[in-house]
Amino acid sequence: MERAVFRLVNRSGLHARPAALFVQTAARYRSAIRVRSLTRDTSYVDAKSILGVLGLGAECGHEIEVAVEGEDEREALAALKQLFEQTLAQEETT
Amino acid sequence: MGRQVLRGAPVVAGVAIGRCWWLRRSGEAERTHADEQAGDPFERLTQARALARAELEQLIASARDRLPASELAILEAQLLMIDDPALQQTYREGIAQGKSPAASWRDAVKRFSQLLRALPDPTLRARAADVEDIGERVLRHLMGASAAPELPPEPVVLCAEDLVPSDVVALPTERIRGLVLVSGGPTSHVAILARALGLPTVMQVGEGLRAVAEGSLVLLDAYEGRVVLEPDPVEIEKALETEKVHESERQRAEQQRFEPARTRDGYRVEVGANIGRAAEARAAIDAGAEGIGLLRTEFLFVDRDEPPTEEEQEQALRAIAEALGGRPLVVRTLDIGGDKPVPYLPLPKEDNPFLGLRGLRLLRRSEDLLRTQLRVLLRLGYPDLRIMFPMVATVEEFRWARAVTTDVARALEAAGQAIERFQLGIMVEVPAAALLAERFAIEVDFFSIGTNDLTQYVLAADRGHPELSDYQDPLHPAVLRLIDQVCQAAHAYGKWVGVCGEAAGDRVAVPVLIGLGVDELSAAPSRVAAIKDEVRRWSREAAQQVARAALNASDAAEVRAVVEQARAGL
Repeated sequence: MERAVFRLVNRSGLHARPAALFVQTAARYRSAIRVRSLTRDTSYVDAKSILGVLGLGAECGHEIEVAVEGEDEREALAALKQLFEQTLAQEETT
Repeated sequence: MGRQVLRGAPVVAGVAIGRCWWLRRSGEAERTHADEQAGDPFERLTQARALARAELEQLIASARDRLPASELAILEAQLLMIDDPALQQTYREGIAQGKSPAASWRDAVKRFSQLLRALPDPTLRARAADVEDIGERVLRHLMGASAAPELPPEPVVLCAEDLVPSDVVALPTERIRGLVLVSGGPTSHVAILARALGLPTVMQVGEGLRAVAEGSLVLLDAYEGRVVLEPDPVEIEKALETEKVHESERQRAEQQRFEPARTRDGYRVEVGANIGRAAEARAAIDAGAEGIGLLRTEFLFVDRDEPPTEEEQEQALRAIAEALGGRPLVVRTLDIGGDKPVPYLPLPKEDNPFLGLRGLRLLRRSEDLLRTQLRVLLRLGYPDLRIMFPMVATVEEFRWARAVTTDVARALEAAGQAIERFQLGIMVEVPAAALLAERFAIEVDFFSIGTNDLTQYVLAADRGHPELSDYQDPLHPAVLRLIDQVCQAAHAYGKWVGVCGEAAGDRVAVPVLIGLGVDELSAAPSRVAAIKDEVRRWSREAAQQVARAALNASDAAEVRAVVEQARAGL
């Protein structure tokens, strides 16, 4: 099991496009991936469900926790880390 | 039914005449018995989803060029919703409980749309409509219904309860003359789309619209937000003529956008633009702006973990200065409060961020930030720089800001770094600043009135409150009286007054403001040409008469009526 906490720095939080990118990235891996909002203290939802992810209500500045379990858990977490820290961070702050 | 007039919110200006045609989504249509048809419920859902997905994909492909990226992103997120595992799991649970496929699907969709609707963030809340949209789309196929209904060959005025973006892009817009909705909202995605497509649109007409029969003749006057049923021929002709006039006015305004705005009797009003990004400066000048009446500097500071470096700020401001080529540049120092999270600022969670630590109040607690910003501005060596401080309530606050500015300027001078001329002024948003304008006028170089915030504070009504939008009219006489006071005080001391709120871009407000003595109007770049045109329509005397009547009116509606009446007689 791999876990990590990310802070959302992009302006719109996990809205339409960022949420879609997150779900699409998660869906590429076989591992079970769950995510919850630490800021809003939600329970875990399936990271491969766009509705679950939108339902976290994750806005800019919020912290979310991702938990990955399965054969490709390391790769999955690395990909998500890259998404939050690079793709999303750059895309919406410029 | 006979002639009848319904009213709603004008969203996209224009006139449309045509037969009413109702877009009924399957949720509103008669349910067929298809739901009882045989077949494995899981197989049926898979098929329905595949059809819905194909439909949506086709729609995205066809709309790619005519939609802004943000709208496409929503459609793409909808594709993911169709395949959402959680939604399918909820469907399976419904089937297991013995519900019909259609009921299971509807309940599953409803569960998630309710979940989204309960979120605090309005943008996320708006996604509830997107889930319902794909829900309908899948449901239609699940029940074996055919795809989107065929429009009649002749162009129609489309009526609907509400629309979602995918409805609009799926419609052959060349066969639609106008759009009328029972609900909807001027800031919805559909409104943005309708604007992009140039479709005359009126929303929030209310339940009265439901009584309009399919095929009846409708005159849509989206300038005034009127829907006329069974209009008489004279009325139609008049509307078409008005449309022609509007169109030629628009063209004339466009052609004369680089000319200065003078009233008929030669009184000059400066018209500037409000911008919030470096890249907008060039576009503002191209739109006819004589300068920047409000540069919001927040873009430099938000969406990041650390404050911008001096170099970063300088680069952005230099780009703006270059685009302006010496035209007036009014810069507002950082205006932020507890409603926007900025990680590196001391922004505690507040019960009332609009009455809390914001604007200059916040900068006093982050003086370094203000000093850096001032240093960058003064080092530009710009020939016509005007710096203003937001959210000033007391004279003492302005004195403090001026002392900091003087200090920064001295240090730059000592270091031999160029500072050309600059003015220092305040934003007038807090009623106290307007009421004490006489005191301020001795000390400031100018006033710039932020009518949106001033209105919110004078009428004690939250700008963003969905049910208090009626209070948000800056033409309320209480607001106008404060503007009057500011103008009188400023002019007594030879200082100038600008208006940089939404009022400056409102056609009806223009004569009132210039009648009160406002020297400069600054609005969105897209409004500049129209405002100049409006100024040219009036004489100063006529504007002053209107302003006097406005000050004595009892509410904003009365002010608007007074202006319209005077305008018709010009």
